Amino acid sequence: MAVIKTTSAIKNQPKHLLGIQNLSIQEAKNILNEAKTFIKLNRSNSKKLDVLRGKTQINLFFEPSTRTQSSFDLAGKRLGADVMTMNVVNSSLKKGETLIDTAMTLNAMHPDIIVIRHQDSGAPNLLSQKVNCAVINAGDGRREHPTQALLDALTIIDRKGKIEGLKIGICGDILHSRVARSNIYLMNMLGAEVNVIAPKTLMPKSIERLGAKSFTDMKKGLDSCDIVMMLRLQNERMQGSFLPSKREYYEYFGLTPEKLKYANKDALVMHPGPMNRGVEIDTKLADNINVSLVKEQVELGVAIRMACLKIYCKK
Amino acid sequence: MKLKYLINAKIIDPSQELDIVGGLIIDEKGKIKAIGKEVNKSNIPSKAEVIDVEKNVLIPGLVDMKTFVGEPGYEYKENFRTLSQAALAGGVTSVVSMPNTKPVIDNVSMVDFIIRRGRDKAKINIFPCASLTKNMDGKSMTEFGLLSGKGIIGFTDVTRSVQNTEVMSRIMNYALDIGVLVIQHSEDYELAKNGLIHEGEISTRLGLTGIPSIAEKIIVERDLTLLEEYPCRYHINQISSRKSLEVIKKNKSNGKRFTVGVSVNNLSLNENDIGDFKTFLKVSPPLRSEKDRMSLVNGIKEGLIDVIVSDHKPEDEESKRLPFAQAATGAVGVETLLPLSLELYHNGSLKLKRIIEMLTVNPSKILKIKKGSLKKGFDADICIFDLNKPWVVKANDLKSKSKNTAIEGRKMQGKVLMTFLNGELVFNQK
Repeated sequence: MAVIKTTSAIKNQPKHLLGIQNLSIQEAKNILNEAKTFIKLNRSNSKKLDVLRGKTQINLFFEPSTRTQSSFDLAGKRLGADVMTMNVVNSSLKKGETLIDTAMTLNAMHPDIIVIRHQDSGAPNLLSQKVNCAVINAGDGRREHPTQALLDALTIIDRKGKIEGLKIGICGDILHSRVARSNIYLMNMLGAEVNVIAPKTLMPKSIERLGAKSFTDMKKGLDSCDIVMMLRLQNERMQGSFLPSKREYYEYFGLTPEKLKYANKDALVMHPGPMNRGVEIDTKLADNINVSLVKEQVELGVAIRMACLKIYCKK
Repeated sequence: MKLKYLINAKIIDPSQELDIVGGLIIDEKGKIKAIGKEVNKSNIPSKAEVIDVEKNVLIPGLVDMKTFVGEPGYEYKENFRTLSQAALAGGVTSVVSMPNTKPVIDNVSMVDFIIRRGRDKAKINIFPCASLTKNMDGKSMTEFGLLSGKGIIGFTDVTRSVQNTEVMSRIMNYALDIGVLVIQHSEDYELAKNGLIHEGEISTRLGLTGIPSIAEKIIVERDLTLLEEYPCRYHINQISSRKSLEVIKKNKSNGKRFTVGVSVNNLSLNENDIGDFKTFLKVSPPLRSEKDRMSLVNGIKEGLIDVIVSDHKPEDEESKRLPFAQAATGAVGVETLLPLSLELYHNGSLKLKRIIEMLTVNPSKILKIKKGSLKKGFDADICIFDLNKPWVVKANDLKSKSKNTAIEGRKMQGKVLMTFLNGELVFNQK
């Protein structure tokens, strides 16, 4: 539809990171390359840079989050930005103010970047239309969680040296998972093959069209996988009759050392956290530093977010 | 009122199988006095008013079986006056109004109110529906007899369907006895719970909860099964999917009597149009796949669907400028009902006569009202339109109080020029 809209008062529209779907391969690789330089920095004694000095970063979290929020917080601070985190649980949004009103209010404070997490799919897209700073999606509904997929990719590259040609199995609640969706897009983009494994009730319709083969059997789904990504099973899924019980879920879809043997010998295990030990993953396996990448994921998450902030922050 | 001669018109009136170039005479009381080829320049009395239609198309005023007025309770979204303006600009002269107001139209005093308001403020014919169940709770039926006596044309819970099969069977049984029209929104509540758009690839990509096609099919199947026992006057308000159509086909070929409607939105748009979370395309039933859309068009060709409705649902900007999950459902459409339907003629999908039939005589037959026809003695409710005139939909030019059109910026072909109500020229494009 050829409509010329004059409603937007935004000039020099900034670029946003709303999802992996909107990224080009080159953009994704740029972020990963940029992040590599920050890995070393984060391990050194002097972790502070001033590339974002004078810039303002607002973290707008509508959903409780520990690791993503603290990761973005730290990333901004290490780059020298002024970081403000809005605790939305206690704000006027709970008093009926709409997302757009909040966006306008925040926009008036001239931030350079807004990081948003929201329970509704598409909320970051809406926000990005209303502000004249960059917006980074830190997870929206069940749609996308781009920085999580990017940090997963960085972790894999860090350990395996590459992504191209690898086979990645994503297992768990695919239906409600934004992490799964973002990872399917990104891993495909970087040349990996993706399998998704879930009980039928937790498998979204037409998932194959996003670029993944779907399985309901761990044995088949994990066959010759190099990476096994486990997803968190949320407790509320038991009430909606998605599953009969946690016990049965663990029996068929929980990752145990035995089931890990279906994958390649040198397969590595990932989890976006927080983990439900004994529900989706065996507790010893989760702590086994030879196969589990969970700690690296958290560590490299900061590097990825630093890279995203640097690249997307308004020049 | 002077005698009016509308001459030089391409008259299409499916109610009397008419497709001619000719004229029409409106008498002093606003009724149709004569119609035919014989009405032309050569036989006009001197004191009559003459309108040269210039070979444009002249059809009966449209009858829209699904509109939302907003009175009482939602006057800020739409009222009788603004709805009338929008309708007349779209050639619609009669509308069926939905009862999901605040409070719900489910008792006699509410009906008195709505009929009085409609009479005083509306400039079109309003045929109000009452709810099927009290407060649309799906539990106990409203007073069908008393409400019909007050002028209620049909009964519907609008966007809710009665879930309890026992209640539904009693409703149909009771309705059969007193001959009232039952209008169902077919959607299984549990299957469609929290659903926002059609369940499929798009819902997976956008991360929005899907509404599966079978949610509709299940209720269609259930109700048509009940209809075997209780053959009441039964109308499915809007269908959206191929699967439901299969059930309808089977039942219609078995000779079961019921009627089916479809929203013009579901005929002209599909799930892909939602794009990047366009909340103005959040409608109920949802826009489904292109396959579903095509099968609906074919369903019309096969005679499985009887009417096209606008599903006019005005919503203020505040209720739409929200994340998709929180945004209100519905789109305005009464003004664009005819032009958007004409798209199906221009792209070769349907015959013009068939489209007009579904917008005029068919709804009138279902509702048992003396509208939707240009037969002698009928009220002169007339729509005249230019079949080919190109124009672009602009929300701000729409007459409706709310501007939530699903087709902003769409290029249209065909525009209403004049609308007559009871023989009076009430809308003139020029």
